[in-house]
Amino acid sequence: MESVEAMPPIPPVQPIQPELRLPLPLARGRGRRRGNHVLPGFGLAMGFTLLYLSLIVLLPLSTVLLKSLTLTWSAFWATVTAPRTLAAYRLSLLAALGAAVLNVVFGIVVAWVLERYRFPGRRLVDALVDLPFALPTAVAGIALASIYSPNGWLGQWLEPLGIHVAYTPLGVVVALTFIGLPFVVRTVQPVLADLDTEVEEAAASLGATRATTFRRIIFPELVPAAATGFVLAFARGLGEYGSVIFIAGNMPMRSEITPLLLMIKLEQYDYPGATAIALVFLTLSFGLLLLVNLLAWRRSRFLRPQEND
Amino acid sequence: MHGGGGRLGTSTVAGAERSGPLTEPRLVRFLLIGLALAFLGFFLVIPLALVFVKAFADGFKVYLDAVREPAALSAVRLTLLAAACAVPVNLLFGLAAAWAIAKFRFAGKNLLLTLIDLPFAVSPVIAGMIFVLLFGAHGLFGPWLQSHDLKVIFALPGIVLATIFITSPLVARELIPLMQAQGNEEEEAAVTLGASGWQTFRRISLPKIRWGLLYGIVLCNARAMGEFGAVSVVSGHIRGLTNTLPLHVEILYNEYQFNAAFAVASLLTLLALVTLLLKSFIEWRSAR
Repeated sequence: MESVEAMPPIPPVQPIQPELRLPLPLARGRGRRRGNHVLPGFGLAMGFTLLYLSLIVLLPLSTVLLKSLTLTWSAFWATVTAPRTLAAYRLSLLAALGAAVLNVVFGIVVAWVLERYRFPGRRLVDALVDLPFALPTAVAGIALASIYSPNGWLGQWLEPLGIHVAYTPLGVVVALTFIGLPFVVRTVQPVLADLDTEVEEAAASLGATRATTFRRIIFPELVPAAATGFVLAFARGLGEYGSVIFIAGNMPMRSEITPLLLMIKLEQYDYPGATAIALVFLTLSFGLLLLVNLLAWRRSRFLRPQEND
Repeated sequence: MHGGGGRLGTSTVAGAERSGPLTEPRLVRFLLIGLALAFLGFFLVIPLALVFVKAFADGFKVYLDAVREPAALSAVRLTLLAAACAVPVNLLFGLAAAWAIAKFRFAGKNLLLTLIDLPFAVSPVIAGMIFVLLFGAHGLFGPWLQSHDLKVIFALPGIVLATIFITSPLVARELIPLMQAQGNEEEEAAVTLGASGWQTFRRISLPKIRWGLLYGIVLCNARAMGEFGAVSVVSGHIRGLTNTLPLHVEILYNEYQFNAAFAVASLLTLLALVTLLLKSFIEWRSAR
């Protein structure tokens, strides 16, 4: 403490204005107004990016729209509202929702445990969380189907209890939980790491119990990240195919997910039908993606002042 | 990268405070750790263990036979070939997109980011379908391709295209936040001192992002080799010709050759484990 008093007062640091960072003559040409086109290569990088996106992603995707324009409205409506299609939509939505809810609950617990507690094997567990990102979905699919089949490692214990996982909608939820597992953990973890423990100390010193501190101080900070993770897991689960088809049993009206119905239509060369189903499904997925990005923009706007300190 | 210091900070606080108002009661801590480990055990460890146990269930010789069978070998070749085509182009795309987005300010950046993410939101089956709609026999370019005797669907080009589509965001998504966090000062200094754009990129930017770039490539490669749904639509499942490793696994499993299926699956699982190992190594490197 004495040494601090002996030191001269530190002058407050003046933040450097971004436009003052560089001599003005360098900010030439087109970029002068924005003052950040100092680095070269914008045209080349941007041009290549846009060309690539158009050729690989946007043009191919637009064929779904193009092809669906050749359908009559009544044919489109008949395909999209057929009982089998509706059952597939419902299963995909509900199973993805169920899996995302499971992942939010357990994802927050896993992120908390990995970030706040020390225990043997923590780093290994932390690394393992990304397994569903890296493991091919077909491998996950056959492994889960084998585990939960009536004579599998877990199936043989669950079956006598009357819990049927393999070849039922519950199996779809299990597969989608596996696939969506990393999303909530990996969105919540950095927020927990960056959380200022001083706020928790303040809450505790003002007499809050640990439970109150978590509920009133920590949890509200985690909500935006958990919501992003939830929507990401949900969106991933909606479209998932490989890990589900082995465990689902694939009975029409009962355990047939939308991507599988699409696959069946394609194998029957029913391209108009597949296109109609795909169009509805894509609209839903893009809506979710937009939601994720809106959440992310709001969060980044909110976080920016802290990042620049 | 981000949070490296923060993580260390929290750990010392949590470690120093064994009890008291800043941490949970011992019992709660044990319960939470138990709950997390049980969840991960059921969903990650058991499937992982099962793959290897089943793969070697009939002994090492059966395993080797399943992996060395001609159909399996040709699947390995096709998988390697498809990844060798898809990863480099997505690497170029990732570098270009990250350079444009992280180094410059322009209107519509958020829209561009959303467009880059688009393939994440597309079901793999739909990703395969769009290329069938484009290049299939009844597709937009189908008749033209047929008259020139070119095959895209049910052949290698279709598999490569579908793989490129699915894995296109991976390198870009790895690099963009990294380059944004690193800022432009060093590159600007290099250019101010007279370095050319290419020199700046090669001598300044590339070394700064090398670990993130490596992980992007590895992840992109793992996903390219493991892609199932999209490739399944465009490949036609012609054994020994258009079967990739994941498709080969599916065929073996559907033919009730379970142990052979898991033997081939163990190769893909090893690839996934190497990917995770590399990720941990890179995180450890960049945290130092």
